Amino acid sequence: MENENRDFVTIRLAEQLCGIPVLEVHDVLSEQGITAVPLAPQAVAGVLNLRGRIVTAINLRKRLGLPEQEDGAVKMSIVVEYQGEPYSLLIDSVGDVMSFPEDSFERNPVTLDSCWQDVSAGIFRLEGELMVVLDVEKLLNFDIGQATAA
Amino acid sequence: MDDLLNEFLTETNESIDVVDGEMVTLEQDPTNKPILDNIFRLVHTIKGTCGFLGLPRLESVAHAGENVLGKYRDGELVVTSDSVTLILSALDRIKEILSALEETQEEPSGDDSDIINQLNVVATGGSIESSAPAPAPVEEVIDMPEITKSTNNIPGEVSLEELEAAFAAAPGPDDEDDNDEVTSEDDQEDLLSRIGGADAVQVIVHLFHNRIFGDVSVKTLMDGVNKRDSKVKMGDFFTACFAGKPETGPSVATTFESFILQGMTAKQNETVRRLLGIVLEEVELAFSDVEAVLAEYDTAAATILSEADKKAKVKTKKSDKNSSSAGAKGGDTSIANQSIRVNVQVLEDLMTMVSELVLTRNQLMQLLRSSGDSAFAIPLQHLSQCTTELQEGVMKTRMQPVGNAWAKLPRIIRDLQLELGKKIDLQMLGADTELDRQVLEMIKDPLTHMVRNSADHGVEMPADRLAAGKKETGVIRLNAFHEGGHIIIEITDDGAGIPVEKLKAKALKNGLATEEELDEMTDNQIQMFVFHAGFSTAEKVTAVSGRGVGMDVVKTNIEKIGGTVDLKSVEGKGTSFSIKIPLTLAIVSALIVKCREDRFAIPQISVLELVRASNDSEHNIEHINDTPVLRLRDRLLPLVRLDEILGMPKQEEDTEKEALKRKDDYIVITQVGSFTFGIVVDKVFDTEEIVVKPVAPILRNLQTFAGNTILGDGKVIMILDPNGIASLLSDSVTDSAGFGAEEEKQSKVANEREAILLFGAGENNHRAVPLSLVARLEEIDVTTIESSDGMPVVQYRGQLMPLVQLDATYQLKEEGRQPILVFADGDRTMGIVVDEIVDILEDDINIELSSAVDGQVGTAVINGNATEMIDVAYYIEKAFGTLGSSSTSGHTGTDARPHVLLIDDSKFFLNMIKPLLSAAGYKVTAVDSGAAALDLREKGDDFDIIISDIEMPDMDGFSFAEEVRESGIWQKTPMIALSSHHTPKDFARGREVGFDDYVVKLERDTLMSTIIEQIAKKQNAA
Repeated sequence: MENENRDFVTIRLAEQLCGIPVLEVHDVLSEQGITAVPLAPQAVAGVLNLRGRIVTAINLRKRLGLPEQEDGAVKMSIVVEYQGEPYSLLIDSVGDVMSFPEDSFERNPVTLDSCWQDVSAGIFRLEGELMVVLDVEKLLNFDIGQATAA
Repeated sequence: MDDLLNEFLTETNESIDVVDGEMVTLEQDPTNKPILDNIFRLVHTIKGTCGFLGLPRLESVAHAGENVLGKYRDGELVVTSDSVTLILSALDRIKEILSALEETQEEPSGDDSDIINQLNVVATGGSIESSAPAPAPVEEVIDMPEITKSTNNIPGEVSLEELEAAFAAAPGPDDEDDNDEVTSEDDQEDLLSRIGGADAVQVIVHLFHNRIFGDVSVKTLMDGVNKRDSKVKMGDFFTACFAGKPETGPSVATTFESFILQGMTAKQNETVRRLLGIVLEEVELAFSDVEAVLAEYDTAAATILSEADKKAKVKTKKSDKNSSSAGAKGGDTSIANQSIRVNVQVLEDLMTMVSELVLTRNQLMQLLRSSGDSAFAIPLQHLSQCTTELQEGVMKTRMQPVGNAWAKLPRIIRDLQLELGKKIDLQMLGADTELDRQVLEMIKDPLTHMVRNSADHGVEMPADRLAAGKKETGVIRLNAFHEGGHIIIEITDDGAGIPVEKLKAKALKNGLATEEELDEMTDNQIQMFVFHAGFSTAEKVTAVSGRGVGMDVVKTNIEKIGGTVDLKSVEGKGTSFSIKIPLTLAIVSALIVKCREDRFAIPQISVLELVRASNDSEHNIEHINDTPVLRLRDRLLPLVRLDEILGMPKQEEDTEKEALKRKDDYIVITQVGSFTFGIVVDKVFDTEEIVVKPVAPILRNLQTFAGNTILGDGKVIMILDPNGIASLLSDSVTDSAGFGAEEEKQSKVANEREAILLFGAGENNHRAVPLSLVARLEEIDVTTIESSDGMPVVQYRGQLMPLVQLDATYQLKEEGRQPILVFADGDRTMGIVVDEIVDILEDDINIELSSAVDGQVGTAVINGNATEMIDVAYYIEKAFGTLGSSSTSGHTGTDARPHVLLIDDSKFFLNMIKPLLSAAGYKVTAVDSGAAALDLREKGDDFDIIISDIEMPDMDGFSFAEEVRESGIWQKTPMIALSSHHTPKDFARGREVGFDDYVVKLERDTLMSTIIEQIAKKQNAA
């Protein structure tokens, strides 16, 4: 096999390095005014206006069962699309677009927390740390999330 | 040519759709002449146009179909299911050819002789005794010139003989054309045949109409005219004229009615004449014929012009009459024909742009408001207004009646009936409910699928139905209506319902749920499994449905446009699907409110009014055990706090501040269906036009929201869904849009069981009155009782209310508070003085002893006690002295009590008359509208007599009687009209529409004797 590289937008989520395939990222936004939606599932932070489109904001920390960020931290977000609907994923910070060789890719370790297991498409071994590949499909498919949570 | 073809295609497709539907109606009602005529005319037009455009395949199929229809029309053939099927398949063939034609611009090659031969067999089969042997049709059709066909094969057309006779009799205006080469053959060659026969005239008339509509200066002449009707009329007129027999056709005045009405000027006449000339040249008539035709027209035009002149002087009255007669003929299509066709994409783009424009306008207005005085103010105001109007206009272009999506259903149901051997009655209500075109397109297929499903899975086989004690014919009912800014479409069947056990088993098998989960689910939740992919309970896969794709697709499609599907089903009773489509894609006006820190929009359409409640104002919020309520104009409204509904945490940190803030509450009074409630919000801003955007799928199951939108300031806010909030409040509210069959059952139960108020008064402690008659229960201070005219009265709500004692011996209390029952009749109120109110209970009122005592309907056993039922009507009369006392002449109840159907929209009268009638020994079924009564008829309930109110909303007594007399099982049932109007005119009208007698409301003796008389008459007749 050739050493093909895959490109990711790297993000930080509670110290953990994660990556989202670069082609799935539509926008990277700085902090936005978000309108909360009462009664919505926990992970839904609210809705926001992105150039005339209404985007549903997902709090990734809540989605992954991580503790809330301390106040004051800048909330960046990444806009992805799922089933034709735009979603913005709230994260701690955005890093560079990085390219990783295919051979440093590994499947999820079986012992990984089920919350992460659901949304991770695999792990990249980098120097010094590991990067979790986030699967946008699974991330936004709340049916599965809810089913396993139940 | 292309334009012509396109026009032909759209028009023919429309006609075919109409014929499709009409054929099904005809099959059910074979004697319906107008429908048959309409079908015949449409098919005939199709044939004629095909011939003109050189489409031999279409023409021959249409012609063969027309043959059969012609025989129907002449009564030579009886409309049978088989032949209707055949004609429908011919229509299908035409549709096929049309769609191929649309693709390739050319008529596809193919052989239709199979269907044509079948049609011909049918056509000849019924006309063996008619002298002319069936012509070998196919070849003849294609080869023969138009004139031969129409005369030989189409009964009802002007025949050659007639033309000949006409020619011989009349020295027609076309004499000079014929005089040269007179042979016996050429005798027939009058103007009509030279032009090419009646069909060619139709074509000319068709083109002529197009020209007129295409010319701005004369288009107005045709304003409000049904194009199709007008074409037929004009065609007949010219045909008759050209045949030299103008008296056989319609008169000039009727043919050119609209020309006259619109007051055609000489100049317009010139234009019209010129257009006609162009058309005639277009169809390549010989010059001399053109001249002859124009000469005919000139004769007519002279009359038109002089009539138009006259009309202009006495316009007012005539135009009313004429337009009404035109309306009666043209019906609802007249508007449709005043239309142009626009590519849908153009409208879509326009709509998108308008949406954006509205948003931008909103932003500008917002800026303007914050900047205060500005030179932009006035132009912006104007811009705003224009935008609003533009928006309304564009919206209107997109609205279509939901009936468009239903047009194909009767045909589908008919085919299914044959295929499956079931009997199904398809009822469609609210077909004119308008909804956005795009939404309509999206729900078309799901709807069809659901109706198909209902027919296939829902409705049982006739034998099974009979075994289950149902009528053989199943009913599938479609009902569309607006509710709270939503469009609701219900599809209800009275079939077998969805089998819960089967679903459970299947859900287990498919691993959708575990047994424990299933045990916890309600039946309704389990039934919702039908919306899962790969779920069909039909045992075998039929051609119709059961392939397991379907309901899930339906659901997805409806959710795609932000709608929801709900399902209620009772095994053995039926299933009801309710599709709710929100305001998606539409711009609505909404009230912006604030709750805590967030703003929300409430669709204006469901907002009744706004109330500000504070401690120092007229209104304030009161609490019953922590439940907030509001008194508003003698009504108690339930309230909900928006923050509570939205699950916002209680603000407890600063109770004092909170209390202060709470002093000033805004209440948005909201109506959903018939349910009114108030939503408490913190602040109300203004109303804003918002573009409703659907929420993301994850949020779609939130009942509280109808969508979200972007406000003028760029913020996203959520749109509250009053329906959703209402259903959160009480489950009973959601049921209002619910399950038809069940509702019917309940309403029937409610009919027989009544809430009864038991009270004690005087020596008798067991008296009762139907609770629904009682307006209020009050306790008054005896000191406030005054006396007027020897009668105790009390001031009540600014009026004097007479108090009535049940027994003459009964004394008012000396002191303290006196309970009274308040009855209202119209704006009069009356109080009945009682000792105590004992109880309210639900029971059958079955009056066992009818009473000879005034003021009593009779005695019934209620709660184990013999209870006197008081006759409220008597006391009302007594209190107001409108009528003298009267007693009911009674029958004693027998086993075979005559069954009376009572229809009155006023609950008061229903409740007043019903006990009266049951006391007189009748079995009474009471309904509150004509429509409900007709439902009973459909269900097959039979009655000995029908008593109906005249003044009712929606369907008044007159039209109800017409319906009853027109068809169905009640045609012979005696009917009595009940009305407060009693002019001789009303009497006459009542009798005319089918009432046997006419009784003035409140004349009880007359009513009783009339009923007895009518029933006796019926029995004698039987």
